[in-house]
Formats: sequence, C-alpha cells, structure tokens
Amino acid sequence: MASDPIIQLKNVSFAYEQGEEVAPEAAVKAVDGVSFDVERGSFVAIVGSNGSGKSTLAKHFNALLIPTEGEVLVDGMNTAEVAETAPWEIRQKVGMVFQNPDNQLVSSIVEDDVAFGPENIGIEPAEIRRRVDESLKLVGMYEHRKKGPHLLSGGQKQRIAIAGVIAMDPECVVFDEPTAMLDPKGRKEIMSIIRTLHSQGRTVILITHFMEEAAEADRIIIMHNGKVEADATPAEIFSRKDLGVLEQPFAVRLAKRLRESGIEVPADIVTDVQLAEYLCKLK
Amino acid sequence: MAVRDITLGQYYPGDSAIHRLDARTKIICALVYLVSLFVVRSFSAFALCIVFLAVVIIISKIPFKFISKGLKPIIFLIILTMIINLLFTSTGTVIATLGPVKITTEGIYRAAFMGLRLVLLIFGSSLLTLTTKPIELTDGLEKLLSPLAKIGLPAHELAMMMTIALRFIPTLLDETDKIMKAQTARGADFENGSLKEKARALVPLLGPLFVSAFRIAGDLAMAMEARCYHGGSGRTRMHQMKFGKGDALAFAVMAVYLALVIVSRQFDLF
Repeated sequence: MASDPIIQLKNVSFAYEQGEEVAPEAAVKAVDGVSFDVERGSFVAIVGSNGSGKSTLAKHFNALLIPTEGEVLVDGMNTAEVAETAPWEIRQKVGMVFQNPDNQLVSSIVEDDVAFGPENIGIEPAEIRRRVDESLKLVGMYEHRKKGPHLLSGGQKQRIAIAGVIAMDPECVVFDEPTAMLDPKGRKEIMSIIRTLHSQGRTVILITHFMEEAAEADRIIIMHNGKVEADATPAEIFSRKDLGVLEQPFAVRLAKRLRESGIEVPADIVTDVQLAEYLCKLK
Repeated sequence: MAVRDITLGQYYPGDSAIHRLDARTKIICALVYLVSLFVVRSFSAFALCIVFLAVVIIISKIPFKFISKGLKPIIFLIILTMIINLLFTSTGTVIATLGPVKITTEGIYRAAFMGLRLVLLIFGSSLLTLTTKPIELTDGLEKLLSPLAKIGLPAHELAMMMTIALRFIPTLLDETDKIMKAQTARGADFENGSLKEKARALVPLLGPLFVSAFRIAGDLAMAMEARCYHGGSGRTRMHQMKFGKGDALAFAVMAVYLALVIVSRQFDLF
C-alpha cells in the first residue's frame, strides 16, 4: 500500500511547564518519544489509562500544543513553524471535538455556533449557510437549529460540536473522549456519526476509554506513561495476552467463549455487528 | 432554585414590523428616542413622546403588562427620585409645610415630570431589548461600533465577550445549582440565619464557582482556537445585515418625530 500520511509524528516529546496543570505521575514528560504516521482516510483509535498522555498527544495533531522535542507534520506542514504565523491553516485540516460538550459551544443559537468555524476562516456567507445546513443535517440536528444549546441534552450538544467542526470541512477529525460524559444513547449516536465521517473518506482519530468503540477502528494505538505500548489492528491487539490492562470488548469475549464451545469464530471479529453478521450466516 | 426557567435577556418572541427591523436601526432609533426625552421641557411635549411610544408598542404587539415588568426592579429608584424632587424644591407657591420641609407647586410639578421621564426611559430602552434577540443586538452593536475600531476601540472583542456571556449564563447558573446542592449535602445552609450569616454562607459557593468559571474559560478558549478563531480580522459572518425599506421608513419616522419634539419646545403649553 502506498503510504500517504496526513499526520506524521517524529520522535515527539512534550513536557508541561511548571505551574501548568501537571498530572503528578506525568510531571516529567506527558508524551515521551512517540513516532507514528496516520494514513489519510484511516480510522485510528488511541487508548490508554488516565495520565497516559493520550489527550496531550491529541493536542499535537492540530498545533494546540507544539512538541518540546521532535516534530509533527500535518499534510507536510511542520506544526512548530505554521503555529507561529497561521495555526488556523492546520486547524481547518484537522478539526477537534472535545470531551465536555458544554464548554466548547460559543454561541447561544445552535446554527450560529456551527457557523463559528467557517466564519473564522473567512468563507463566503452563502457558502457558510450551505455548510451549516449540510452539517446540521448530517448530525441529525437540523430541526434544532434555532434553539439555545442549554435546552439540549449532552449528546445533542456534542452533535452540535461535531457539526461545528464538520462545517470547516476538515480532512481529519480528532475526537478527544467525545463520549466520556454521555449516556449510552448519546454514545451510540456519536459513534454512528463517527462511522459516517469515516465512510465519507475523512481521517478519524478517536481517543477513548471504551474498548467497544476502539474495536471499530482500523488500528489501535495503546499509550502508557507517554509512550506507545502497542500499535496494531484491533484483532491483533485483543488477541495479545501481554496487554493485561485492557478489558476486551464484549464481542471478543463472546467469540472466545464460542470458540471454547466448538464454534469456529474467526479471530478478526471484534465488534458486535461483525459477530452478529457472522453468527447469522452460520447454519 | 429553578435555574432552567430564566429567560435570556428579556426578548419577547414575535414577528411584528418592529421585530423585523435591522438591529442597528432599532439601536439608533432607541438612542434618538432616549435623547428626545431629555430635549423635552414640558408635559405637553411629553404627550408627543407618549403617543409615539404607544404607537410603537401597538405595532410591536407586545402586551403592555410584559413591558411594565421592566419597571419593577427600579420602581424604588423612581419613587425616591420623585420624593427628593418633591421635598427639596423650594421655589413655587407653598402648599403645605411639614416642619422644615415645604411642599410647593413647583415641587409637585418636578416630581411628576422626573417620574414620567424615568418611566418613559425604561419603556423606550426595554422596547429595544424586547423586540431584538440578544445575539442580534450584539451583532448590531459590533457593526455600529466597527468604524471606531480604527481609533482602537475593540468592537469585535466587545461583541464576542457579550456573545460568550450570553451563552454561558445558563451554564454558570447550572454550575451554581450543582455547587449549592453539593454544599447543602455537606451541611451548608443557604436559607436560614441573619443577613450576615447568609452572606457568609455564600463564600463556599463563590469559591468553587470562580474556580469552575476559570476552568470553563480555559476549555472554551482551547475549543475556540481549535476552530480557527484568531480575532476579528479576516472573519466573515453567516448572517448579513441589510437595511431594507422598513429601516428607511423607521429612520424617516424617527426624523419627523425628533423634529416635532424640537419644534414643540417653542410651544410649551404647560
């Protein structure tokens, strides 16, 4: 496969300065010598325990943080250089959705909030209107476009936040634990939007605590103490015994039980949908 | 605390001719009206102001009851102003003497005059906020102030601050509610006690509230940066403000009104 990376990390390290919020165990280096490429159009999940540096790493993808050592290239641009002059050139390529849906909405009217990103990058008004409507329809919030965010549920607010990012038409969307503060219903809705975005050909980077969500990715990267502990396909990750900290997704555990009782489930089945489809085809 | 019931600003949703006017038109007209109230010197001229306001209120289709709610918070101030004018005006014929203070005809006249002027001020300005969405008001102010950006007035930043403030009023109210409940669960008492004790009870509420406001501000700043925010330069707007025929008409009416008010100074009847 020809390599066409959208994001390249080259030996990236990052240490928070004294006085900023420092996780005690990560006080030295939150990210420590990380190197990997993210292929255009791929779906990568980054998992790891609290303080493993995964959120700090995520903020390097769109130049919110600049590495203290090493370099990050986004579509060939070095974030350290571009951030000096025009960081928005990187940020309109790599959008980011944060954990807390409440603290990332700017306007008290849904559609104005979605328009915020495109307005910042100087899009024509008619084009903004078109993009706002399109992205609100994509996340299924079009009928709520005139409402105030405080009247919406957490999941709905998070969908608005996603629409706001999509309206900038980024090539890559980074989700930093987007479902951590949502109920199961909201979580499902967000995952379905993430799948849609990936199917449109956008690169998706999902930082998450939930193995069920990570299982849907093409590739899982496990972070531990600021370093990459493992980097492989979900099937490989979940079959490895040495990564004891991970709780395997339900489908993987069920497949294992089925194998024990004599049903030959292939090892690459890691999500509920895949397992259900396989079992339905069985005689 | 029924935090959810609080309405933002005091916008009264509607689709009247007044509602549809450009926010900038309404801001300018409201200002002209407020100034006109200070041009007026007599009750006869006030009649003109009252008629004008009444017509605007009728067109806006806002119930009078709703508008008069705006008076409630400052009714005390109005009464105080009237009493001071009544008691401390020494010119005019004396009607009654209460110890050292004299009530004069001039005093009564001035008290009524000031009271009426204050009431009209409140009505005039609340009509602006009642018929204009807060967010439109902010956009209108930004547009109106933007020529002043050349002399260093941060018009865009001011408007952005107002937008964010409006957005986060409900969020901070929720936060207050949460902290209050958390502190109540730990034995804090916000309801009972003397005024001093009540004030003291607010300290464990305000501390965490400030901390949380700063945390929210940090998160929001990060999210805004991630969405390419870099100040007002090079920024476009989805909603384009356009002056229409209605706005031209409004300005014309306002000009006639102002002319009438100024002319009326020549014919002060009483």
